[in-house]
Amino acid sequence: MESRFRVLFLIVAMISLSGCAATKNLFGFGNKEAPPPSAQAPGQVIDPEVDRREIKEPKIDREDFEVGAYAGIMSIEDFGSNVSYGLRIAYHITEGFFMEATVGQSDGGLTSFEVLSGGARLITDSERTLTYYNLNVGYNILPGEVFLGEGRAYNTNLYLIAGLGSTTFAGDDRFTVNFGAGYRFLLNDSVALHLDFRDHLFDIDLLGEEKTAHNLESHLGVTVFF
Amino acid sequence: MSAPSTTTIPSTLQQIKALVAACLCAVVLQSVLATPVQAADELRSVVVADPYLELRTGPGRGYPIFHVVDRGESVQIVMQRTSWYLVRSDRGKEGWVERAQMEKTLQPDGQQVSFAAASIEDFTNAKWETGVLAGDFGGANIVSLYGSYSLNPNIAVEFWGSQILGNFSNGWMASFNVVHEAFPEWRVSPFFTLGAGAIYTKPKSTIIQGADRTDQIGHVGAGFRVYATRRFLLRAEYKSYVVFTSRDENEEVEEWKVGFAFFF
Repeated sequence: MESRFRVLFLIVAMISLSGCAATKNLFGFGNKEAPPPSAQAPGQVIDPEVDRREIKEPKIDREDFEVGAYAGIMSIEDFGSNVSYGLRIAYHITEGFFMEATVGQSDGGLTSFEVLSGGARLITDSERTLTYYNLNVGYNILPGEVFLGEGRAYNTNLYLIAGLGSTTFAGDDRFTVNFGAGYRFLLNDSVALHLDFRDHLFDIDLLGEEKTAHNLESHLGVTVFF
Repeated sequence: MSAPSTTTIPSTLQQIKALVAACLCAVVLQSVLATPVQAADELRSVVVADPYLELRTGPGRGYPIFHVVDRGESVQIVMQRTSWYLVRSDRGKEGWVERAQMEKTLQPDGQQVSFAAASIEDFTNAKWETGVLAGDFGGANIVSLYGSYSLNPNIAVEFWGSQILGNFSNGWMASFNVVHEAFPEWRVSPFFTLGAGAIYTKPKSTIIQGADRTDQIGHVGAGFRVYATRRFLLRAEYKSYVVFTSRDENEEVEEWKVGFAFFF
């Protein structure tokens, strides 16, 4: 209980001590007006009549976000390969770098132990569903163009991604590192097709000893820029 | 609008009809006349002021130039992606132009246009910020997402959501904090922070004992925001947490995190 008061007092102390300079305009108080212009200097003969040019900033449709869905195959170590699907959103910071968030789902099959032993089950059916989210940084390493016939050209990008997240599988949330490469094929300036290969790494101790599992996923997707 | 008869005084109904017709004409005329004015206001169209404007096939430096628009011709801006602009020429050619070249175009009335890129001033003055950090929370891994709103350049309020993934337990944490930056105009800007929230802890399924629990937390911390480029910044911080448990003693947890964020 004592610690709670300590934190409360700290918050009050910090806000009051955070500097009058910082807080004076917090609620619109304080002197915001510029000092009045001083009277014209007696020595000034020419009164400049140059209008200050107004520089306008155009309202342009910014399309830096990319959202989409994907489907593919995920191989869960010891649990076989199954269909996976997910959603992704990306924000393009520069022509090279982007941030990406993905959420996805797949299902684990039976381990060889479960198949050979007959009826024994290591985990329940609901625990076999694998869900993950990842927060990644991406880099467009090989931008380019492809040509279909003589009259058609499409922009493409080969990119690398790496990031962190969490995977829920076999009854626990598991800290996950994922990395991979992808190929973005732009059908026009706003719609793209993706082909991705990723490796999700997490620690699992279900089969006796703790080990780092590699879970490879490849998927095809569609995204739209907005 | 028919001319009123010279022998009869127009009835009220006719007057109303005439009024309605006049209004309709006015609306139609205004919309016809106003459209180009509005377009000029929105500045979708700019005039090339340099000897020429280079149109590339893609939004990146390596893409080849396939068309040039000469000085005095105008182009329509279709969209922007990062620092590249998709423009359409009067002849219907569409291509990507970099910001540096767009800066040298003019409004149809000859005035300058601004294509300002985000800069270190925006780093100091931007209202909203969001980012992702990861690190160590008392020996466990932590992944955090935050959103921040600046009340002024010195003080911001933040909301954090974190997932904690440890060897013995997992959990979620939500917290609200106030951040004070003493020197917000510095490229490497130090800050202090104070906040409170709640933590939910769930022991791992392989651990037999222990139950789920939710506790209140309070924290104090310090760190740096570092301006990287455009709208992008790096952030590193240390926080010391007090977990107000229902047991006799409170827990203290130290947290270190690094990550990146962007402001808008």
